[in-house]
Amino acid sequence: MIINQLSVLLENKPGSLKHICRLLADHKIDISTLSVADTKDFGILRLIVKEWERAKQVLTDAGLAVTVTGVVAVAVEDQPGGMCQILDTLDRFAINVEYLYAFVSPVKGRAVVILRVDAPDVAVAKLSDGQSVKFVGPEDIFAGK
Amino acid sequence: MSVPFNPVNAPDFLPVEKLRELQTERFRFIIRRAYDNVPFYKQRMDAMGVSPDDFKTLDDVRKFPFTIKTDLRDTYPFGLFASPMKDIVRLHASSGTTGKPIVVAYTQEDLDVWANAMMRSFAGAGLTKGDIMQVSYGYGLFTGGLGAHYGAETLGATVIPASGGNTERQIMLMKDFGVTGIACTPSYFVHMIEVAGKMGIDMRKLPLRLGVFGAEPWTMEMRHFIEESAGIKAYDIYGLSEITGPGVACECECQCGLHVFEDYFYPEIVDPDTLEVLPDGEEGELVLTTLQKMAMPMIRYRTRDLTSLVTEKCSCGRTIRRISKISHRSDDMFIIRGVNVFPSQIETAILTEGKQLLQYQIILTREHSLDNITVQIEVTPELLSDKVSAMEDLTKRFAKAIERIINIRVAVKMLPPNSIPRSEGKAKRVFDQRNLKD
Repeated sequence: MIINQLSVLLENKPGSLKHICRLLADHKIDISTLSVADTKDFGILRLIVKEWERAKQVLTDAGLAVTVTGVVAVAVEDQPGGMCQILDTLDRFAINVEYLYAFVSPVKGRAVVILRVDAPDVAVAKLSDGQSVKFVGPEDIFAGK
Repeated sequence: MSVPFNPVNAPDFLPVEKLRELQTERFRFIIRRAYDNVPFYKQRMDAMGVSPDDFKTLDDVRKFPFTIKTDLRDTYPFGLFASPMKDIVRLHASSGTTGKPIVVAYTQEDLDVWANAMMRSFAGAGLTKGDIMQVSYGYGLFTGGLGAHYGAETLGATVIPASGGNTERQIMLMKDFGVTGIACTPSYFVHMIEVAGKMGIDMRKLPLRLGVFGAEPWTMEMRHFIEESAGIKAYDIYGLSEITGPGVACECECQCGLHVFEDYFYPEIVDPDTLEVLPDGEEGELVLTTLQKMAMPMIRYRTRDLTSLVTEKCSCGRTIRRISKISHRSDDMFIIRGVNVFPSQIETAILTEGKQLLQYQIILTREHSLDNITVQIEVTPELLSDKVSAMEDLTKRFAKAIERIINIRVAVKMLPPNSIPRSEGKAKRVFDQRNLKD
């Protein structure tokens, strides 16, 4: 299932991540998961939040540049080989994974993996094709929120 | 009731011979006035062995000494005044980033000349009686605000003396009052476009139709972006306090160079190294003589601005000569690893590569006796990617584009929006942290 991820450029200096988290907290926006890619000169913060449109507005109003990307969310068995199975499929169809990050789903205790691929709809189609891949949608990730 | 100003009757359209006659007569007057009333000029001319009597034709202008900025500092505050204080009705002063400011003086006649030059500037850019003109230059010691104010008022436009600052209110006024023309620095106008966007106002949908921008050099790329994103015509105006303030030269609707109001300000182009007068068309330093300034005549003042004199007839019909758009000030130039670099070259590269209005600053540092340039550019939502590789590619593209123009490797750093402070007057783009002094 494709869900929307928000990305924000971070300056490499203390307090820049906190500033964004504080903004979202002040607007009662819960962060389901996040990942930070860091380089020598800058960082990119990626966020998964339930109310992504409102979060985007809050961040934009605060003068930040925000970009929205569709990413694939899949549930992975919490056992050896769980991840391999998904990567095997992507490999077979030459779908390149730009980056990924994982977190534990609040309800089923399963690991949820967020995959950033160039063509998310193709990836979803291939992964669902006869595979036992379980996609995760907003209703699972944000359950109980 | 006064007759509305018609630019066709102004000296802008005088036959060239008539104009030269007028300039000759006025130069003779001003060189005599300077010699007789300002000891500084008398000493200079005596030391060079020239006297006002040596002036016969305009070719003799080159016999007289130059005046430079430090001459104004050395005679601070009133040493170059040719009128007694009782005849001086206004003083202005430069910001004076290094030490004492530069003071300039005006008699009532000087103010009238200035207002007339500004009126002709605006008229040339197409402003007319009936236009609503917002003046967003700072009012005060800086000549921008009051200069634009009196010029637009003399033309008969409705003037809104907004001054600089409080950008959201500026945009509210612009919208609510149906402003059709604006005068400010180009960098401040870019900031206004940005703020308007945040306020949900599309400047292209406002009645604003033209802007007359000056007080700092700006590139053709900047003009292109301003015109596109605000839906207006953007004209360049030139001036400097030492000569009068804004209104020394301004573009007409052809946008093909800035017409110098030659009946008031006599232009020459000299080689900045040899100080030889260059033929029309060649690039060099602009030198100006005020032909009618009573309170403070400026004789062959070296402006530090690099341009050339355009003599081809302009399609607007004005006979006064033009200077090509100034994108270089020799004062702004910095030398890095032995290469001369102008900030405008870097701006051209950034705006061309980024294809939109971007905020940037240039930081010069020295590490182990090696000079480095870092160009910081603010990211926009259009440029931002969630992928590190894409951001690194973007950074490389900017670095390459700059390198292609200045032939020096630069480090480019993308910053979050609003990291770079905005200026409400002249923008400061270059931060030299090399501590080159001593």
